[in-house]
Amino acid sequence: MPAAMQIGMQALLVLTALACAPLLPGIIVKVKAAFAGRRGAPLLQTYFDVWKLLRKGAVYSRTTSWVFVTGPVLTLAAVTVALLCVPWAGGPALVAFPGDFVFLAYALGMARFMTMVAALDTGSSFEGMGASREAWFAVSAEPALIVCFLALARASGAASMSGMMSSGAAGTAQLVFAVHLLVAAALFVLALADNARIPVDDPTTHLELTMIHEVMVLDHSGPDFGMIQYAATVKLWLFGGLIVNVICMPWLPAHMLARTAALLGGMLLYAVVIGVVESSMARLRLVRVPQLLVGAAALGALAFLLTLGH
Amino acid sequence: MSGDFRANACVARTAVPVLAIAPFRAAIIEQTRGGALLAALFGVPHESALRLHAVLAQPTAGTLTLLCADVVQEYPALTPECMPAHWFERELWEQWRVLPVGHPWLKPIRFQPARTADAPMPAPIGCTEFFAVAGGETHEVAVGPVHAGIIEPGHFRFQCYGEQVLHLEISLGYQHRGIERAVAGGPTARTIHHMETLAGDTTIGHTLAYVQACEALAECRVPPRAQALRAIALELERLANHTGDIGALAGDIGYLPTAAYCGRIRGDFLNMTALLCGNRFGRGLVRPGGVLFDLDDERRTQLAQRLRQAERDVRVATQLLWTTPSVLARFEGTGTLTRAQCEQLGVVGVAARASGIINDVRGDFPAGWYCQEHVSPASCDTGDVYARAMVRLLEIQHALLFIHCVLAALPKGPITTTCGPRGAARQVVSLVEGWRGMICHVALTDAAGQFAAYKIIDPSFHNWMGLALAMRGQQISDFPLCNKSFNLSYCGHDL
Repeated sequence: MPAAMQIGMQALLVLTALACAPLLPGIIVKVKAAFAGRRGAPLLQTYFDVWKLLRKGAVYSRTTSWVFVTGPVLTLAAVTVALLCVPWAGGPALVAFPGDFVFLAYALGMARFMTMVAALDTGSSFEGMGASREAWFAVSAEPALIVCFLALARASGAASMSGMMSSGAAGTAQLVFAVHLLVAAALFVLALADNARIPVDDPTTHLELTMIHEVMVLDHSGPDFGMIQYAATVKLWLFGGLIVNVICMPWLPAHMLARTAALLGGMLLYAVVIGVVESSMARLRLVRVPQLLVGAAALGALAFLLTLGH
Repeated sequence: MSGDFRANACVARTAVPVLAIAPFRAAIIEQTRGGALLAALFGVPHESALRLHAVLAQPTAGTLTLLCADVVQEYPALTPECMPAHWFERELWEQWRVLPVGHPWLKPIRFQPARTADAPMPAPIGCTEFFAVAGGETHEVAVGPVHAGIIEPGHFRFQCYGEQVLHLEISLGYQHRGIERAVAGGPTARTIHHMETLAGDTTIGHTLAYVQACEALAECRVPPRAQALRAIALELERLANHTGDIGALAGDIGYLPTAAYCGRIRGDFLNMTALLCGNRFGRGLVRPGGVLFDLDDERRTQLAQRLRQAERDVRVATQLLWTTPSVLARFEGTGTLTRAQCEQLGVVGVAARASGIINDVRGDFPAGWYCQEHVSPASCDTGDVYARAMVRLLEIQHALLFIHCVLAALPKGPITTTCGPRGAARQVVSLVEGWRGMICHVALTDAAGQFAAYKIIDPSFHNWMGLALAMRGQQISDFPLCNKSFNLSYCGHDL
C-alpha cells in the first residue's frame, strides 16, 4: 500500500476512534441491562451527555486555581496524542518511532497526572482520597504496561509498537502466540483498572467513599466535565485497540478492509466482554486491587520470560 | 421491689415503683449486666422534678421491669457503668436540661429545643464538637448531611489514617419533626398518621406498636382475624425491606444481578401489601380495634400464589449472591461487631442476631397472632456484613413460611371491634419486632385517659452506635456496605 494511503487510513481510523469512542459505554450499559432484565439507557447516551455538558456553564469553587481548569483540557489532549501512536488495524501508526510505547505510557500517565492534580486542587477530602487511590494503583499498573510492551518487543524484535503489532510480526512460532495471549490478558486487566471498571472501580456507583475515578471529577461541571467524560471513552477505545491489535493483527492478511473489520468487530466484542465481567462479579475490596494489578504485571512478566528462549 | 410487668399490658401508673436515684441506677446497671435490654429511659415532668422512667426488657423471662426515679437538675450518670444508657442520657439532657454527671460525651442528639421553660435556642443541627485525631498523617472526612444517593440526611465524621477509619462519629437530627410532642395530649385524629409516617419503611411496625398500646389501655380484645392479618402485614413489611436490603448490599459492591432482581422482588412484596389494603406501605390498614381491610378468599389465594412466585425469585437471586466468591470476599470479615460489643451497647434486632444474640420480640414477648403461630428466630454468629445479610435471608425464609401457615389457617370472624376509652392514669409498654428490631412505645395516660407522655424508641436509636463501632479499623471504602448492612432509620431516630 502506498505510504500516503497508509497515512490516510491511519488518520481515518484515529478519527473513527474519536467519533465512535462514546459508543463503547453505551454497548456496555446495554449488555449490563440485558443481564439485569432491564432495557437500559440508549446506545448513544454518552453522546447526549457530552453534548448536553458542552452547552452548559461551568461552576468553579473559590479554592480552585488554573490547575483545575487545565486538568480536563490536558487530560483530553494527552489521551488524543496517545491515540496517534497506536498502530490502528496493524498499520504503521501516524507517530511511530523506536520506544514509542514508553511515550504512550507517559502520555497516559500525563492524563492521569492532570486528573489527579486537578482533583487535589479542589482541596476536598473526597477528591484527595480519590487522587491518593489513583496514584496508589498507578504504581502497580504502569510497570505492568511497560512489561507487556517489553515482552511484545522481544517477541517481534521491533522497538516500535507499529512493528510489534503489524501483520507478519508473528512469524510462525507458537511461542509468539502464547506471548500475545498473555499480554492481551494483562492488557485487559489494565484496561479495566485504567478505565474505572468493575472489579477495580464501579462507574455506576453514587457512593463517594468507594469511588476512585468518579470521585476525582466530582467538582468538575459543564464543558470541563464533558471533556473528562469524553476523554474517558477515548481512553477506553485506546485500550481496546491495543488489545485487538495484540490478539489479531499479526495473524491477519495485510488486507486493510479485513483488518479494519477485525478492529471494529474486536471493539464490539471488547465492550461486550466488559459488560459481561461487570454483570458477573462484585468489586474487589480496595486493598485487594494492587494484587490484581500485580497479577497483570506477572502475566506480562511471564510473557517476557517466554520470549527469552525465542 | 422492681416488680415484673408484661409487655402490651397496662398497669396503673401508681403500680410502677418510684425509687431513689441510687437504687434506680443500681437496678438498671445490675439488670443490663444480667442480659436485660434497656428498652427505654425517658423523663416526664412530675411536680417540680423530672421523673425518669426506665423500661428493662428481660428477653429470656419474657417480662419487663418498670422503674421510676425523681431527679432535679442533675444525677449521677448511668453511662459509665451501663453503656446502653449513653444515647438515652444525651436525649434526657437535651430534652429536659437534666445533667447526667459523669457522662463521657454529653452533646445533643437531635439539636431540638429543650422542653423546659425558657430553653435557649439549640445550636444549628450538626454544629457541635467532634472527636478529632491529630497528626500530620491523619485526615478527616465529613460526609453528609446531603448525600449522593436518595437517602435520608445524616452527618458522618470519619477520622482516618490513610484508608483506615480510626473513628466514626454520627450526628443526626435533620429529620426531627417533633412527633412525641405532637402525640402527647392526644390521641387526636392526626396521631395514627404520625405513627404511620414515623419511619416510612416501618409503617406497619410502628402503627402496630401504637395500636397495641391503645388497645391495652382500653382493655380491648382484638378479633383473631384482625390479629392474623396484622401479623401478615408485619411479615410482608419485613420481607420487602429485607429483600430490598440484600439487593442494596449487592448494589453497593457492584454485583448487578442480585441488585436488579431484589429491587424488583421488593416491589412485588410491597404490591402484596397493596393487595391487602390498597397501599404499598400498609398505610390505612392497622387501626385501634383491628384492621380496616379484610382478605377475601379470592385475594387470599392470589396472595398465596404471589408469595410462592416471590419465594422462587428470592431463592434464585440470593443463590446467585451466596455462590459468587467475589461477593463473599467483600461480605466476610467486613464491619464486625462482636457479641460482647453488642451486649455492651444494647444493640437490638438484625444486628444483634447477626452477632449471636437471639433476641426477638416475636418469640420473647409475643403479642397478637404471634402467641398462636411461632416464628423461629434467625441468627448467625460472625457479626460481620455476611452475618447481617445471612440473618436477613433466614428471616425472609421464616417469614414466608409463617405467612403461608397463617393464610392456611386464617380464622373467621370480624376484623374490627370498638376500641373503647382508655383507662385513666395507666401505663403501657408496647413491644413489636419491626424488621429492623425491637420497636418500643411507652404510653402514660392522664386522669382523662389522654396521653400524658408518649415515648417512641425505634430500633435505630439503639443501633447507630453499633454502626460507629463496627467501622473502627475498617477501610473507609467499606463504609457504605457496612452502613447498608445495618440500614438504620434516620427519621425513626430523629422523630
